Amino acid sequence: MADDTARQAQTVLRLSGITKRFGALTANDAIDLDLKRGEIVALLGENGAGKTTLMNILFGHYVADAGAIEAFGKPLPPGDPRAALGAGIGMVHQHFTLADNLTVLENIALGTQSIWSPRLDRTSARARIARLSGEFGLSIDPSRAVSDLAVGERQRVEILKALYRDARILILDEPTAVLTPGETEALFATLKLLVAQGLSIIFISHKLKEVMAVADRVVVLRGGRLAGERRTAETTRQELAALMVGQEVALPNAAPREAGPVLLELRSVSTAATAGTPLRDVALRLHGGVITGIAGVSGNGQAALAGLLSGTLSPRSGQLLVGDAAPAGWSPCTALDRGIARIPEDRHAVGSIADMSVTENVISERYRTEFSRYGMIDWAAARRFAERLIADYDVKCPSPETRIRLLSGGNMQKLILGRALDPDPVVILANQPTRGLDIGAVAYVHARLIEARDRGAAVLLISEDLDEVLSLSDRVHVIADGEISRPFARGEKSISELGEMMAGHGLEVA
Amino acid sequence: MEFFDILFTASFWVAAIRIASPLIFATMGELICERAGVLNLGIEGIMVAGAFAGWVTVYAGGDLWTGVAVAALVGAAFGLVHATLTEPFGLSQHVVGIGITLLATSLTYFTYRIVLPQVSSPPRIEPFRNWAVPYLSDIPVVGPALFNQTPLTYLAFVTVAVVAWVLYRTPLGLAVRAAGENPSAVEAQGLSVTGIRMGAVMAGSALMAVGGAFLTMSAFNSFFFEMVNGRGWICIALVVFGSWRPGKALVGALLFAAFDAYQIRLQQVAGGIVPYQAFLMMPYLLSIVALVLVARRASYPRALMIPYQKGER
Amino acid sequence: MRLEPKPRPSKIALILYPLGAVAATLLIASLLVMAAGASPLSVFGLVIKGAAGSQFALLETLTRATPLIFTGLAVAVAFRARLWNIGAEAQLYVGGIVTVVLGTGLLPLPAPILIPVIMLATILAGGLVLLGPAILKTRFGVDEVVTTLLLNFVVLLFVSMLLEGVLKDPMGLGWPQSQMVSTDARLPRIVEGRRLHYGFVIALVAAFAVWFVMKKTALGYEMRAVGVNAEAARFAGIPVNAVLMKTALISGGLAALGGFSEVAGLKGNLTLDLSSGFGYTGIVVAMLAMLNPLGVVAAAIFVAGIFVGADAMSRAAGVPSYIAEVMVATALLTMVTAIMLSRYKVRWR
Repeated sequence: MADDTARQAQTVLRLSGITKRFGALTANDAIDLDLKRGEIVALLGENGAGKTTLMNILFGHYVADAGAIEAFGKPLPPGDPRAALGAGIGMVHQHFTLADNLTVLENIALGTQSIWSPRLDRTSARARIARLSGEFGLSIDPSRAVSDLAVGERQRVEILKALYRDARILILDEPTAVLTPGETEALFATLKLLVAQGLSIIFISHKLKEVMAVADRVVVLRGGRLAGERRTAETTRQELAALMVGQEVALPNAAPREAGPVLLELRSVSTAATAGTPLRDVALRLHGGVITGIAGVSGNGQAALAGLLSGTLSPRSGQLLVGDAAPAGWSPCTALDRGIARIPEDRHAVGSIADMSVTENVISERYRTEFSRYGMIDWAAARRFAERLIADYDVKCPSPETRIRLLSGGNMQKLILGRALDPDPVVILANQPTRGLDIGAVAYVHARLIEARDRGAAVLLISEDLDEVLSLSDRVHVIADGEISRPFARGEKSISELGEMMAGHGLEVA
Repeated sequence: MEFFDILFTASFWVAAIRIASPLIFATMGELICERAGVLNLGIEGIMVAGAFAGWVTVYAGGDLWTGVAVAALVGAAFGLVHATLTEPFGLSQHVVGIGITLLATSLTYFTYRIVLPQVSSPPRIEPFRNWAVPYLSDIPVVGPALFNQTPLTYLAFVTVAVVAWVLYRTPLGLAVRAAGENPSAVEAQGLSVTGIRMGAVMAGSALMAVGGAFLTMSAFNSFFFEMVNGRGWICIALVVFGSWRPGKALVGALLFAAFDAYQIRLQQVAGGIVPYQAFLMMPYLLSIVALVLVARRASYPRALMIPYQKGER
Repeated sequence: MRLEPKPRPSKIALILYPLGAVAATLLIASLLVMAAGASPLSVFGLVIKGAAGSQFALLETLTRATPLIFTGLAVAVAFRARLWNIGAEAQLYVGGIVTVVLGTGLLPLPAPILIPVIMLATILAGGLVLLGPAILKTRFGVDEVVTTLLLNFVVLLFVSMLLEGVLKDPMGLGWPQSQMVSTDARLPRIVEGRRLHYGFVIALVAAFAVWFVMKKTALGYEMRAVGVNAEAARFAGIPVNAVLMKTALISGGLAALGGFSEVAGLKGNLTLDLSSGFGYTGIVVAMLAMLNPLGVVAAAIFVAGIFVGADAMSRAAGVPSYIAEVMVATALLTMVTAIMLSRYKVRWR
């Protein structure tokens, strides 16, 4: 115990007064944080609370407007990833920084040998990777191509990359977002092993359960500010939730309604492998007045399912029925004509045309039918429509002429929501509708989806956030490896049972 | 059948290798740029500038190898302009590339007129001479084609080996390939994406210029306007055809050159019946056909044509 | 170094940076002029005088601007939809071919009917030339930059083949040139005794028409949306491939009209030097105009002025007229840089 106390006393990393502004937005406001040897600190906060920005400053991707960083007692020069690496800081990014065309070994060795050396020393690199793999239980074949690796394996490579560079401080940004519950367990075991060897870890997450399970100490960020700091042993999930959110959030009124008729149906649909994991022999019925949730780890066929409903993907075999007919010539246009509203996963790249105005964006799905005559666009009507959506959906934006990329994520999503819901659609695809939004916007989106359901629309909610799926959906399917389970009523399965199925074990197919 | 007899003459193969040499240099240059993530449409103009720079150096009394070095330097200079505008400034690689081609071409013609205001036909220089490899050059057909060429041709083949070695066997090559695939992987390992890409574009542009210099210093002995004549664009097609791999690109360049040499001889055989322009069109049409054939399965560098911005999602 | 978009670029920056680009271009040109042993001030004076110093000079500049307006519009339309048409040169020559084929007596029609018929055929032919690369792009994923560039060479050789073959003028003393088009197919001169012809008026009408299409019509909206973000456009139900096909037809057609205008308005017949790189210069014109169709007119006149002025200057001062090409290429690079700098803030850390 005495040894423990001495060890814990050594501060390896100290951030003081870190401030970073992006235009009008203050992403980090005078944040202090310190990390001790052999400790796992969780950085907890909602999406948009400033966690990733803070870590990007620490790692030198961004330069802070104010504040200082000290690693192992020495000041860290800002804006230089090389300096961070040199100081023993390793970062596992949320979006992996691996080059798919290289092997595991090449990815790990990248940048570790003198760039002008006439020959890449593979032998010593291989030996060192083998040693580290053994020591920390991170088994991987260094000669495999990264493009062939599964997500969990890629993460192992990322951790090995840091260890290979003698990282003493490891930052993991939302490492469990892409993992199944089982893989998450394995990751946590690895992390415990690492701190036992004297490494220190900052673990970024917005999931309370994981934070309580793995961290020694929790630092909570809210709206770019430090909201509090607790030892996990001395706090509760409820207390952390309150710190994180800052206000009591009323759960959406999701009292179930009577299920209406089937408005859209997939009958043993399979898709081609063009967009990620293909769907395999999937059956799904969307009823009016029902929110149907799809739970699953990302990359298990959600993209294909969303593509089918959006009209960007056609079934390779099986049938897609809207009402009781299979529409001919399936395309985004047909989907829109049949009353399917789509809220895409990526609102920046797919949901909006960033460099066009709000007006030009809101008419993109209806300019053919409503806002043009004889091939000419009625810009006056389009502008009135934009003004109405801005008012109806509580969008904060200077004018309909504003380029949409200047709006905040929440306001952009409200506009996309308005564009989708305004024509009173019969089926609504909501793919990750609240990712990256602040609490207020999340509640708003949820309320609008429930309102649409109560109006009799069939809502399909695809989300990687299991809590969101469970709190909003009237019935839930699990998706794993391109297969979709039978529907489960609210409360029919426990979270751990669902987790097992998400990992692909014992998926109950209809 | 005389159409096939052509293939068994030594002169056909000698010509094929000679036609291939400038293409090999420039294709390797473009390949380096694209592997790092930058499409370099300046290639056509840089070849023009290289052809002139090498030739004028020798004309002014410089040694042949000095001429090659000057051409490479001029190429690297245009590469620097291209890289600065496309990489840190993030301007469209299409627009900048076309701009560099226009600039390099017009600057060359301007300089030519200043250096030689009065001449109607350009003066000649003493170009590189063939250098026969002892014994090997005596092998029938293959010998003269492969082992009785100018030193610049040998250098072209050496260049392929060096580029392949650097790309696949050295830490630098690793960084270049990663920069063209996922620049954030390079950045996360503490290397500068901008630096690597700028270096690659400069080195690649230097090779393009040497490819141009081959025309004035080895294939011919003088500088003419329009002498590059779309070879740069063909090299861009060859890079795609070679799936961004030096070895395959070399094979592509050789196949292409063999076809070109064949059509020149075919003109002499069949010239009376078919207009000669139909033969001259072949290289360009062939490049388009080659692009169509490989486009479906081409695995191009994923970050090609995307300027890198630090810390951007 | 890092670029951050400015939320609202200031009006002053939008003027100052392009002026800076012009200044930088002039500076570089001055260095070259001095290298040629002349004084920059007198040379630029001669260029301006040669471009706009007299009625004759001014009309020459407008004559030279005419094909550049067509190719500039062709490029502006295509680039707007992010279809990289570098083949305006080829499309222009195809326009010339069609004009000569139909205009040398094949269609015995009076001028008011013949000219519109030739124009329509020209537009269609030029559009089809670009449709090929557009289909290769959408169907097979072949980069249209390379295919359109390569087609420039193919078409030029094809023209050469025609001029030494079926289209060869029997009275041409062996020169590779076509017969003159009939007077019914000729565009009249605007000013008697000067070379400026009604092709210039057609070019102005075309610029206005393109502006109208881009600004007011559903097609223009679709083209802009596809250009900014094709994936989002496809998701919203905009038929991206069909829009690209229409863009190709319009862009190729505009460039081909340039060929028609040169043959029917200026040269009277088809030769291998119908265009002195108008297709490539069109790219510069379009970029200088920031792809704005009305701006294309101004940019084309500006660029034409440099060319015409430099020709006159070269005869008087002995500086090679290639200085014009250098200035135009430099202006392209400095202008795109200036536009970027006016929209983004450069942060060095």
